[in-house]
Amino acid sequence: MAHSSDIVLEVDGLSVDIATPGGTLHAVRDISFSVKRGETLCLVGESGCGKSMTSLAIMDLLPKAAKKTARRLAFAGEDLSRAGRSRINALRGNRMSMIFQEPMTALNPAYTIGNQLVEAYRLHKRASEAEARERAVFLLGKVGIANAAERLGQYPHQLSGGLRQRVMIAMALMCGPELLIADEPTTALDVTIQAQILRLLVDLQNELGIAMVLITHDLGIVARIADRVAVMYAGQIVEEGPTASLFNAPRHPYTQGLIACIPVPGRTEPGGRLGVIPGVVPSLVGEVRGCSFRDRCGKATPACLDAPPVRETADGHRWRCILENAA
Amino acid sequence: MIGYILKRLGLAVLVALAVSAIAFFLLRMSGDIAIAIAGEGARQEDIELVRRTYGLDRPLLVQYAEWLWNTLRGDFGTSIYFKTAVAPLVFAKLPTTLLLGVLSLGFALLVSIPLGVLAAVYANSWIDRLALAIAVVGQALPNFFFALLLVMLFSITLRWLPVSGSKTWAHFIMPTIALGYYVAPAFMRLIRAGMIEVLSADYIRTARAKGLPTRTVIFKHALRNAVVPVVALTAVQLGFLLGGSVVIETIFALDGLGYLAYQSITYKDFPVMQVIVLLLSVLYVLLTLAADIANAWLDPRIRVA
Ligand SMILES: Nc1ncnc2c1ncn2[C@@H]1O[C@H](COP(=O)(O)OP(=O)(O)OP(=O)(O)O)[C@@H](O)[C@H]1O
Ligand code: SF4
Ligand SMILES: [Mg+2]
Repeated sequence: MAHSSDIVLEVDGLSVDIATPGGTLHAVRDISFSVKRGETLCLVGESGCGKSMTSLAIMDLLPKAAKKTARRLAFAGEDLSRAGRSRINALRGNRMSMIFQEPMTALNPAYTIGNQLVEAYRLHKRASEAEARERAVFLLGKVGIANAAERLGQYPHQLSGGLRQRVMIAMALMCGPELLIADEPTTALDVTIQAQILRLLVDLQNELGIAMVLITHDLGIVARIADRVAVMYAGQIVEEGPTASLFNAPRHPYTQGLIACIPVPGRTEPGGRLGVIPGVVPSLVGEVRGCSFRDRCGKATPACLDAPPVRETADGHRWRCILENAA
Repeated sequence: MIGYILKRLGLAVLVALAVSAIAFFLLRMSGDIAIAIAGEGARQEDIELVRRTYGLDRPLLVQYAEWLWNTLRGDFGTSIYFKTAVAPLVFAKLPTTLLLGVLSLGFALLVSIPLGVLAAVYANSWIDRLALAIAVVGQALPNFFFALLLVMLFSITLRWLPVSGSKTWAHFIMPTIALGYYVAPAFMRLIRAGMIEVLSADYIRTARAKGLPTRTVIFKHALRNAVVPVVALTAVQLGFLLGGSVVIETIFALDGLGYLAYQSITYKDFPVMQVIVLLLSVLYVLLTLAADIANAWLDPRIRVA
């Protein structure tokens, strides 16, 4: 039984609305989840389902046009939605940090790696330049960068995408965060580096007991490293549960479709189309009535025109569907 | 980098040559230098005598070649009006004009950087609109008119500042403002546009994600990147400033190159005009070169290739 103080991140009823010329886009709609110390929650779902907006909302980094609302958005028991700017600034980069989806552009081209690595540490830990550099070299070594001390003097354009992403990871870890949000940290990289970086993240997370939210498209990765999985569709979490339970007994037709798309060695035909569920995601502009997966769901009935209920099993497996067990 | 600089210097020499040639022919076609030397109302025989004595009856190309040859040897000729060597005359005025140029550039940057940053950070707010209004007025008002407004307010009504002359620092205040205000809007708009673009960059989000205070995000991470194109503009604007200084120095009787240019035009003092044009074009080309080098230096992608 987890003690409540183990809960690092608690999201309850989070919504993100984006003002667009065509009307309000409901990018994230009333989602709830929590992550415990040392736990990895994987957030999966198709492109555009609201994964990045969710993480940016948690970090208070949403673009200007986007507004968030939440019943509760708590970090280590403290409600962030009531925290002021300076309190947020004291937490982020320090006790909670984020790795962004875009490694090529997430570093400032005008400053050296060293300069950018040390600044959060110097600020939050009131450390000297020398101490901060020492810590940076240590972490660059940890993320597998050779000649770390020399790298400090280099500029982002001198590093490959894989190296930049490692630098971003080291940067996120500088202050020893309790919460790490990694938004598709490997998507932009080639496959071998992807595997290395993920292994690295998992090792570091186990070693440091970090609560991690990992966003990814890749269910293969999820199966290997997640403790819990949340499946997003059109701004909602449609299913969430322990990894084994979710993969062995997916309840929501969307999750079932996703899992059916995972290539299985021997079983999947080579060259077959992967990861594609027919149909298109509904527009998130304006009100979405009933089940948002309705148009693509093979099991839809007229009852799906009303908002489907949230169902839950004893092991904390939740899903949002009119069906008790769609399988 | 060295090779690049040498190439640019070579180009600079060519530009200066071309400008001096164009200026030479234009000036010669704009009036008869023999009349200017002989004086208004001189007799035709005297004019012809002057023409022959000074070799003005030879083809223009030959005269230009002679002028160029003399100039390259350091002989800049003699002023028709002042009757002294041109070189000391011109170089004595140079510091005043350079000082005015640097001061007004400094003033322009001092006004436009904070305004541009504010306008970008609070884009589309009343601050942005106010900054835009200031810029529009700056670009719409002819600078001589603005200068006269300043004189009316500060010299005539308030009696705070001297109207004309260049003896004390107080004499430089109004010319600096009048000239600087003239180029500030271009800087402001460039900084605003640059900042707006940079502020939505991914690395700004990274900086905010570190918990850095807003001022660090804006001044360290954003402005540093937004300011790069400004450096290139600085050279162009300094050129404008040198041109604008003819008007402003004349209005305030500031004893610089611009005022001298005005006088030499009035008195058809061709040798002086020719040297001023040459000097300004060399200055302008050097400034452009300096801006290019500074640009390369500011961008690590060029500097540390
Ligand atoms: N700046 C923006 N202005 C308007 N709409 C936006 C903006 N950013 C994102 N959106 C929209 O918000 C929705 C959610 O976007 P989000 O970036 O969270 O998706 P995602 O799940 O992270 O997708 P991906 O897997 O492609 O990264 C999308 O429909 C997207 O079109
Ligand atoms: S609620 Fe209906 S449409 Fe939605 S997933 Fe369940 S069965 Fe399909
Ligand atoms: Mg995303």
